[in-house]
Amino acid sequence: MATTLPAAPIVAGKSVSPTWRRFREAFRRHPMALVGGAILAGMIVIALLAPWLATIDPEAVSPIKRLRPPSAAYWFGTDMLGRDVYSRVVYGARVSLIVGLAVALVSTLLGVAIGLVTGYIRWLDAIVMRVMDGLMSIPSVLLAIALMALTKASVGNVIAAITLAEVPRVVRLVRSLVLTLREQTYVEAAIAAGTTLPRILARHILPNIVAPLLVQGTYVCGSAMITEAILSFIGAGTPPNIPSWGNIMAEGRSLFQIAGYLIVFPGICLSLTVLAVNLLGDGMRDALDPRLARRM
Amino acid sequence: MIAYVIRRLLSTVVVMAVVAFVVFSLLYLTPGDPAAVIAGDIATDEDIHRIHERLGLDDPFVVQFGRWVAALAHGDLGTSIFTNLPVTQLIGQRIEPTVSLTLCTLVVSIVVALPLGVLAAAKAGTWLDRAVMAFSVLGFSVPVFVLAYILILTFSVQLDWLPVQGYRNFRDGAWEWLRHLILPSIALGTVYVALITRITRASMLEVLAQDYVRTAQAKGLAPGEVLIGHALKNAAIPVMTIIGIGVALLISGAIVTETVFALPGIGRLTVDAILRRDYPIIQGVTLIFSAVYVLVNLAVDLSYALFDPRIRY
Repeated sequence: MATTLPAAPIVAGKSVSPTWRRFREAFRRHPMALVGGAILAGMIVIALLAPWLATIDPEAVSPIKRLRPPSAAYWFGTDMLGRDVYSRVVYGARVSLIVGLAVALVSTLLGVAIGLVTGYIRWLDAIVMRVMDGLMSIPSVLLAIALMALTKASVGNVIAAITLAEVPRVVRLVRSLVLTLREQTYVEAAIAAGTTLPRILARHILPNIVAPLLVQGTYVCGSAMITEAILSFIGAGTPPNIPSWGNIMAEGRSLFQIAGYLIVFPGICLSLTVLAVNLLGDGMRDALDPRLARRM
Repeated sequence: MIAYVIRRLLSTVVVMAVVAFVVFSLLYLTPGDPAAVIAGDIATDEDIHRIHERLGLDDPFVVQFGRWVAALAHGDLGTSIFTNLPVTQLIGQRIEPTVSLTLCTLVVSIVVALPLGVLAAAKAGTWLDRAVMAFSVLGFSVPVFVLAYILILTFSVQLDWLPVQGYRNFRDGAWEWLRHLILPSIALGTVYVALITRITRASMLEVLAQDYVRTAQAKGLAPGEVLIGHALKNAAIPVMTIIGIGVALLISGAIVTETVFALPGIGRLTVDAILRRDYPIIQGVTLIFSAVYVLVNLAVDLSYALFDPRIRY
């Protein structure tokens, strides 16, 4: 769901290297960002090693072992078809991480492309920004639901639907950064020196928006993971045959009073992963805006 | 001032036009032939052709969009494919639980979040501040439905204090109505509280660093008077803005919360519509929720002028 933090007013760094120094500095001052990074790294390892970590094939159906509570053999219990919930949760990490990272990456790339163009071409700016305002006025989960209702359930479509809902926010950020940067004296100097527009964008604008975009990207990633889980949970997301955390919880919907573990284990994993991403984002934001660091 | 109001109203009209266009495009892009769906399985090609002509499905995009907008102006959101009832009627039947849930959550969240944010700012750097900020990060990270189930399993299943699921109409008794809304409101409101608390704290910290606050303290005003009378009043605008923007969280969250708590509201209607691929309902709900969101934020923007006499547009 739309739990992106409001885009904090980020002061663009003057050049790249002090930014990275500030990152290191902030991570030292912000142990929680390190914790977040460690949890996220752990989740990525789990996702990569899923075939070796899972005890049983996550799709293996075993009707006589239905709805077993958590035990030594079935760490997280079994679901209504007798599938091992632990193995399914381990594989579920893949879906959440892929969706989160893909949405963050694609919406950032699209947002940068649209934002750079609209920040520089005035007449296009008015049109594109009105469209973005309109898209942003549709609550993102609702927009994703409407889009998913149109298409077949697949991980690719989930990524596309959530991306479309997130892009306007990135465009807004990029555009506001570009509008500030193009007034900077070094950009004026570059224009006066006859530098071509593509070169100005590549040399002066892009390097200065990378850092704020990285922060925004982490929030988009966390938000996308929650949206994927919501879509899957209400039956408009990842196809039911792929174990995702949202799908496992959706199957537990009607059984939660007798088999709460079907909800609790994937729920904890999802919350932990999103928490990790958010902690990382908070740490990076503080690193980039020393003015804000003292407050947030 | 009047010029500002007119400009703001015009931009709202433009935004709603874009929303309407997007929503109609979704309807237009619907896979498959809507006529075939309406006609049913035993329809002949001739039946489908008749429905095509009756609904004007062969007309160009612009003509269909114009007709749809004209119907919209008359309060017609189309007809549900599954039940054959007008979408407006279906939404109307489901509106009470959704309005009850969102309004309860809105009020409780603001009442909880404002003091939390003010306190955290006043005690910046202390354990209280840290605890509030930790709650805020957690609130952003635990999805609504996960929190909802944790609440049900704890307070309804284990402790048996509150009903597990369901809804009671307000006219059947205010207490029963409220009892059924307590857990849903907490589940839905947590992320909203986290958001408002965070912004209130940040905004208060900025104001507390101002000279006039130091003046107020120096002339011996009580700390509470400085916090509320001087600081909060001046920190109000970002807080109001985020309360408006956060309504999107409430709307998205309501869909999920109603599903978990079996509240027969608009969110539940939407989820049922997804399972039945009942596109007109999904489109109608999307349009109405977006309109509510846009209007709430319009109201927030216009109310700035009331809160802050310095603003003269």
